[in-house]
Amino acid sequence: MLKTFKIGGVHPPENKLTSGNPIEILPLPKTVFIPVAQHIGAPAVPLVKKGDAVKAGQLIAKSSSFVSTNIHSSVSGTVKRVDFQADSSGYPKQGIYVDVQGDEWLEEIDQSKDLVKTFDFDSETIVKKIQEAGIVGLGGATFPTHVKLIPPKGMKAEVLLINGVECEPYLTSDHRLMLEKPDEILIGIQLLMKAMNVEKAVIGIENNKPDAIKLLSEKAKEYKGISVTALKVKYPQGGEKQLIKAVTGKEVPPGGLPIATGAVVNNVGTAFAVYEAIQKNKPLFERVVTITGKNVAKPSNFLVRIGTPTSELLEAAGGMPENTGKIISGGPMMGRALASIDVPVTKGTSGVLLMQKEEAKRDTVLACIRCSRCVSVCPMGLEPYLLMTLSEKQIFDRCESNHIMDCIECGSCSYTCPSDRPLLDYIRFGKGKVGQIIRSRNK
Amino acid sequence: MSITIIYTIATLSIIGIFAAVVLYFVSRKFYVYEDPRIDEVEGQLPAANCGGCGYAGCRAFAEACVKASGLDDLNCPVGGNDTMNTVAKILGMESVKKDLRTAFIRCNGTCDHRPKTSQYDGASTCAIAASVYSGESDCQWGCLGYGDCFDSCDFDAIELRSDMGVPKIIDDKCVACGACVDACPKNLIELRKQSPRNRKVVVACMNKDKGGVARKACAVACIGCTKCEKECKFDAITIENNLAFIDADKCKLCRKCVPVCPTGSIIEENFPPRKIKVEEKSELQNS
Amino acid sequence: MSNLFTVSPSPHVHSAETTSKIMYRVVYAMIPALLWSVFVFGLDALRVTLIAIVACLAFEYVIQKYLMKIKPMITDGSALITGILLAFNVPANLPWWIIIIGALAAVGIGKLSFGGLGSNIFNPALVGRVFLLISFPVQMTSWPVLSEGEVDGLTTATPLGIIKEGLTSGTPVSQIAQDLPSSTDMLLGQMSGSLGEISALLLILGGVYMLIKKVITWHIPVSVIVTVAAIAALFWLIDPERYVNPIYHILTGGLMLGAIYMATDMVTSPMTPKGQLIFGAGIGIITISIRMFGAYPEGISFAILIMNAFTPLINNYVKPKRFGGN
Repeated sequence: MLKTFKIGGVHPPENKLTSGNPIEILPLPKTVFIPVAQHIGAPAVPLVKKGDAVKAGQLIAKSSSFVSTNIHSSVSGTVKRVDFQADSSGYPKQGIYVDVQGDEWLEEIDQSKDLVKTFDFDSETIVKKIQEAGIVGLGGATFPTHVKLIPPKGMKAEVLLINGVECEPYLTSDHRLMLEKPDEILIGIQLLMKAMNVEKAVIGIENNKPDAIKLLSEKAKEYKGISVTALKVKYPQGGEKQLIKAVTGKEVPPGGLPIATGAVVNNVGTAFAVYEAIQKNKPLFERVVTITGKNVAKPSNFLVRIGTPTSELLEAAGGMPENTGKIISGGPMMGRALASIDVPVTKGTSGVLLMQKEEAKRDTVLACIRCSRCVSVCPMGLEPYLLMTLSEKQIFDRCESNHIMDCIECGSCSYTCPSDRPLLDYIRFGKGKVGQIIRSRNK
Repeated sequence: MSITIIYTIATLSIIGIFAAVVLYFVSRKFYVYEDPRIDEVEGQLPAANCGGCGYAGCRAFAEACVKASGLDDLNCPVGGNDTMNTVAKILGMESVKKDLRTAFIRCNGTCDHRPKTSQYDGASTCAIAASVYSGESDCQWGCLGYGDCFDSCDFDAIELRSDMGVPKIIDDKCVACGACVDACPKNLIELRKQSPRNRKVVVACMNKDKGGVARKACAVACIGCTKCEKECKFDAITIENNLAFIDADKCKLCRKCVPVCPTGSIIEENFPPRKIKVEEKSELQNS
Repeated sequence: MSNLFTVSPSPHVHSAETTSKIMYRVVYAMIPALLWSVFVFGLDALRVTLIAIVACLAFEYVIQKYLMKIKPMITDGSALITGILLAFNVPANLPWWIIIIGALAAVGIGKLSFGGLGSNIFNPALVGRVFLLISFPVQMTSWPVLSEGEVDGLTTATPLGIIKEGLTSGTPVSQIAQDLPSSTDMLLGQMSGSLGEISALLLILGGVYMLIKKVITWHIPVSVIVTVAAIAALFWLIDPERYVNPIYHILTGGLMLGAIYMATDMVTSPMTPKGQLIFGAGIGIITISIRMFGAYPEGISFAILIMNAFTPLINNYVKPKRFGGN
């Protein structure tokens, strides 16, 4: 019996079209737009101005508080201007336009392909370097990694969990990374272990990636304290709380931090970025992005510079198919639909999914037949049908008493609803309102 | 048979009388004194329970009126000055004359003015659409058109106009309770001072983008060109963040700003048709 | 269609499950039992079923279109299920006009007066059935004699009726048992009763199909049947001359039909597994109480309707296990 989390979960069709496609390097775009807010927390403060020459890896926006992170230029060239552009939410966000000229990296970055295995840093240095390199959770949540590594007072991390689950359908960027950079990931994990002072790390991988499980299990023998756990395929196993439950059997208490169970979760992509940042002095300015979809001519996994417009990826994947109805940044379960293809790739972009017109449309909403499927699939043990009604009627006090804030917005309820009811739409709305109410109460 | 009926009537009557006696004593025992003026004031209120006064309902407002030392801060927007005068009379206080107000939706981005650049397909409420993204057009400020204001209105004073994409306030029905102001996630609705015959001159736009961006997104966007500000003799127009605003308290309804607006974002309502001036006429003839 | 991109909140994919698929699976599950009733009661069974279905669909259409003024939703399959279940719950020789009255009560009162599919508190087919049982007690309890495809106007009593009558008149069980069908006959459906309730075996078969297709979960049927069996067994052990063998309670009457097809109606049953177990146990207790101590020989319809009324209360108090909670 493979391990998995206990309550709820769904199994959408996997559609991992690109799991066999090696990572390719995407050609440099002409211009990049690097937003200063690519992470959870305060936006970074731009350090450059129009006309400045920058190199790839150069710090261009500085972290403004503890929960914030640095932004580095992903290309070499001239700063065109510091301006606003609509992000995936459609609202303009500040960022830096850089015109690309050549591809010159900062001298201290080690551009060779050699594996650097050994390191001699204490944990403070590692955390500091991670903070400086602007590393955030690359699974999509983009929470600054250095914050995770410093546990709150009175709490102690016991185990490092590495998220190689990639439970979102279609996406394969983590899968490819595990196959092509296993040693780098393992060294990155060792660095993270050292930073947190833990002796044990577990890589959780879903059973639909047997090649990655096999490869990493073998390689992990050479690294002390690292093991691989195969997990049953079930969405949303990549959720932090679900992964901890699946691997350690412990449940994060409601409203609590994962560290309460002694576990800290990081993505495999993050581990790789940590390796590059510390062993190669390379800040986070590129990442693997899957571009996929049933109609896409050349679905691929690309190594993409941060700030590259989505349109460039589409071009490289064989152009936009004719009946594209929806473009999603991220996976189909939790990704955001884009209104424009000018939106740049950011640190949190794990994939770009093109959906056909007929897939993109939602079906007509019918009456709730109280089939209780939403209740049975909710991984947090909530009652989505009830929360939706309460949010719709704006009865927010009862939303709160029915634990709406526990919702992880995985979308399993909306996915499974036979009446096509927009459960998560309303729950998210209610969650936002309840969050406001709680914050104003605490003031 | 008749005995059964008599017994039945007798039993029920005894139960009824007994219950009445119990109720009488209970109501005496638990009697709570309440200022009779509260009932009197409440009787004068419109009983709409809309919350436009800021209280939970008409009863709560009546209590507040009776407790208050003056009526300066209390106003029932639905009943208006007449109601407040009566209330003042009951309580023996001075009534304060308040301006009548009407809601106005400051967006004229109907489908023909504002091209769609994407298509929203989610739960059909403005609040949710606004949390997902900026909207179907390039204008991030404008009306989303899913009718949260329409749903919030208790007085049928909003016409949804789903074919046009922007709802419209029906002035005669609007009581300025402010429910729609709170409901609009884009904060487009303003309660404006009502002028005679509901005449109004308003900048029907909330777009704070720079002129070019605004104009590209919507044909009738305010581009912040300041022409109207210069035209206005009464300092009623101010420009802030690339957006003009006409202060209804200062506006004298001269309508001079309307023709100078290059995008037509200033609209006039309920005015008699303009007399076409001589020079314009000749222009028309030439064209 | 325009060439604009669609923007909608996540998730962007949806399972292939739809409401009407679920409804039609229930219909498929009932087909074996329906065929058996045609075999046993002849074309009369088909006549009753068709009248019930057509009447239910027609009332649904007319009421939705002209009274509620909404788009008629008769293709979603819910009225079809109500029609079949109503037919399953009446004798095969019921006059046509009574069936139509039953359909009106089921769809009109039981379902649409609450706002239609999903909003009703009580199982519509059972509302129709109980309405008829109270309004036309004679016709509703005149069961046709089994005659291999022919109905000759004679009527007989159901096993539960025989038991009730015997026990009320003080006859010991050993004597009553001589008039009762054998357990094999009861399992296969060689006994008199309502149209669809007689063959326990085929009803269970349909139930298994619904379980595999995940239309229902095991909780409600199992808890109903186990509760009935346990209480019946308890009394039987105390005094086998005054209380009948629990096998009779399980295999006769509408218990299987009620437990598998009507108590599991999603709209009117609780949302959580724990709630469903409580719900089922409640149905079992009420059913067996009516059968043993009540005036009616059969009580599952009343039991389900009574527990339907408790469903909102159960939903309010029985919550799913919260992640990370106790």
